[in-house]
Amino acid sequence: MKVTLHYVAYLRETAGCAEETRTTAATTLAALYDEAAADHGFCWPRTTMAVAVNERVVPWTSPVRDGDEVLFLPPAAGG
Amino acid sequence: MFALSSQPLDTETLHRRLRSEQDGAVVVFEGVIRNRHGDRAVAALEYESVEALAAETFAALETEAIRRFGLSQVLAVHRTGRVAAGEPAVWVGVASPHRDAAFSGCRFVIDELKHRLPIWKKEIYADGANRWVNEPEKRQDTGGGCG
Repeated sequence: MKVTLHYVAYLRETAGCAEETRTTAATTLAALYDEAAADHGFCWPRTTMAVAVNERVVPWTSPVRDGDEVLFLPPAAGG
Repeated sequence: MFALSSQPLDTETLHRRLRSEQDGAVVVFEGVIRNRHGDRAVAALEYESVEALAAETFAALETEAIRRFGLSQVLAVHRTGRVAAGEPAVWVGVASPHRDAAFSGCRFVIDELKHRLPIWKKEIYADGANRWVNEPEKRQDTGGGCG
């Protein structure tokens, strides 16, 4: 499946890009994070993050679908 | 209503928008960048957000605040980009008929905004170093190049 991953904050700095399109065999978003983490050297536990697909926050157990726009969300730090 | 702004906030205009003949109370919170964090001198903060998700998250927060506190209006603007020490990074204003609700509601909105909205910030120190605020601790296992 082909998905577009969007990276923000320290994920973006570590990955070296704000966005990438990737072909993945990951069946869940959790597995997709693990895959991206292995490739880019993300050392932050997935459990510290949330995930949004097509601008909606969803559980990590959600399936990955072809064409999904996925955004890993680090802990909020606004204000 | 919520907006992100890459430009300095026009706080006077925002404040005027909250005034009406129906509401006896307007309460405003401005979150200003402090020039120190512990023993380190802070020059600025850099903010980043994702607009659609931030707006959607705030809309739910606004609905909840209005219902819970009986507010008439909720307005919030958050900066993106670099914000120097002494400048406001976030502005929250509420209006309601009476002040009890306005004080409590404004406090609720800023507390929840900080907790819920997809916004991230990096402290830029006077010595040039920087640090992402609220960055989780990294795993220390040896697999996958961590630790």
